[in-house]
Amino acid sequence: MTRHMPRSGWVWLGIGAAYFFIPLAATLEFSLKEVSGYGLSSYREILSDPQFRDLLWVSFKLSLATIVVSLLILIPGVYSVHLSFPRLRPLVEFLSVLPFVVPPIILIVGLLDFYNVDRVPLWFIESPRFLVPGYVVLSFPFMFRALDVSFRSIDVHTLTEAAHSLGAGWTTTLMRVILPNIASGALAGAFLTFALVMGEFTMAHIALFNTFPTYINYVGQTQANPAAALTIISFGLTWLALLGILLVGRRPGRGVAPVAGR
Amino acid sequence: MPYLELQKLHKEFGDFTAIEEIDVALEAGEFLSLLGPSGCGKTTALRIVAGFETPTSGRVVVEGNDLTNIPANKRDMGMVFQAYSLFPNMTAEANVEFGLRIRGESGPVRRTRVEELLELVGLTAAAKRYPHQLSGGMQQRVALARALAIEPRVLLLDEPLSALDAKVRVQLREEIRRLQTQLGITTLYVTHDQEEALSISDRVAVLSHGRIEQIGSPAEIYNAPGTPFVAEFIGTMNRLEATVAESGQVQVGGSVLAVDDAHDLPSGERVLVLVRPEILELERAEGGVAGAIIGDVVAHIFLGAITRVKVDAGDHDLSADLPGHKAAELPVGSRVAASFPADGGRVLALSEPASAEPAPAGQ
Repeated sequence: MTRHMPRSGWVWLGIGAAYFFIPLAATLEFSLKEVSGYGLSSYREILSDPQFRDLLWVSFKLSLATIVVSLLILIPGVYSVHLSFPRLRPLVEFLSVLPFVVPPIILIVGLLDFYNVDRVPLWFIESPRFLVPGYVVLSFPFMFRALDVSFRSIDVHTLTEAAHSLGAGWTTTLMRVILPNIASGALAGAFLTFALVMGEFTMAHIALFNTFPTYINYVGQTQANPAAALTIISFGLTWLALLGILLVGRRPGRGVAPVAGR
Repeated sequence: MPYLELQKLHKEFGDFTAIEEIDVALEAGEFLSLLGPSGCGKTTALRIVAGFETPTSGRVVVEGNDLTNIPANKRDMGMVFQAYSLFPNMTAEANVEFGLRIRGESGPVRRTRVEELLELVGLTAAAKRYPHQLSGGMQQRVALARALAIEPRVLLLDEPLSALDAKVRVQLREEIRRLQTQLGITTLYVTHDQEEALSISDRVAVLSHGRIEQIGSPAEIYNAPGTPFVAEFIGTMNRLEATVAESGQVQVGGSVLAVDDAHDLPSGERVLVLVRPEILELERAEGGVAGAIIGDVVAHIFLGAITRVKVDAGDHDLSADLPGHKAAELPVGSRVAASFPADGGRVLALSEPASAEPAPAGQ
């Protein structure tokens, strides 16, 4: 028998749910409002705007690029911290909190100053890909935590040594033994990063690039009802992404299973 | 020619010396255990042979080839770890297959070999199970099969049974020995459990503070410990501090006892007389008895087939293992005389500072 939740629990759950769903329901209602009655005209307006598609695509590409770059840096990084430099862990942990402490606005001003044309090729600074390094920094706390938890749930040392004793080199060990066992953490980190980049406004705005969030801002300032429709759409996209990750993460035999023993 | 040699291994981690010097050679097919308390350097020695650590000096040689600078993944050493070493994302079968895949064996060869090995460790039925679906003992069997699959030059086991239940431990150690004999594979086994080491090995090397204290067959180690440390570490031992009275006799407290081992020792020399509890004899005593130590029975410890009788003999606490019915004749509070046959005691010179190198007598 599962334990029943006490009545007060339901009350609190209801308050929590209301906190999230009332604004969402209000936005949905507003997005469906027409001059007289309800309809989908706001949605049609948004979906037919070529800017919507273009900027959604830009932000999508930025998300993927950020995910790829931060996984490429952090998987080997966290692996080596766990394997060879456990004493550096507190330091890395401290660094991983810095993006919370240093607001994006400071970060982007610093980046703009750092990326002057003398140092960095034009092709890099003239397109939104300019934002990727900044986004990698912003996503560091999320990605690091997700990976760190995964790495802690396996015996990195023993698995690495076992793979080596069976003849595997570093690459094989990483790809065939370590990666599959931290995949769930990498996926979780990827999802958080995706959500982060799909919603990041400050850096894009200050660096004068148009991305999906700046588009939401622009629509919000100019067209009230379509802005609500846009909010609902982007909310839906995020949910779809979450669902996808959940489904992938649940593939049998994949997740990090606690090892029995003792 | 020896098959596996650990030549003058010395290992330091910063200021800490893990291995002072270990120098040992194994014949092909031999099963050698490195036995010692934690921190004695046994695991470090094994890890050096596996290639996970580099010795500060010394060499690891297999069949005359120096492997000291060969990386772990090129050494062909089969390693079984304490626990948690199976790849959690792979089934038992895939774990065993892993090393064969790395070696680029073809599909059919791999399948045959995997089947063969799982059968060898009695896990054919569990082939498709993931590690978290296996018991601790089963996991270690898979780990053993995985290590053997690559037909390693040497099998290395690092306390493979220490995480298991007592019953499984005994069962699995017998199986390890059976497989090892059957396959004739040279094996280096690390353990802190003396019973395990004595029951499974051809030879046992007892380690302390990064050195080999004594190396020999299990019977030699048990019956003729060469140093006080070995005597203390292996099994239970009665330690009697004594003075050599005259050739072949020692004085313990007020009693003079005959000990063959004390021949040729100068009288007056301080020695340690070691007697196994199963050698010690107890008799009911009223007054003093010549050639025996007098004491009072203070406790009975039931150990199944035997009962360990604890005796308080003033300066010494003694233990004697007696059959149950004999122990029953000597209830707690009885005054007893403890003695042993002259060839049943072992005499070691008592080194002044306890840590100095002991000079075993009678060798």
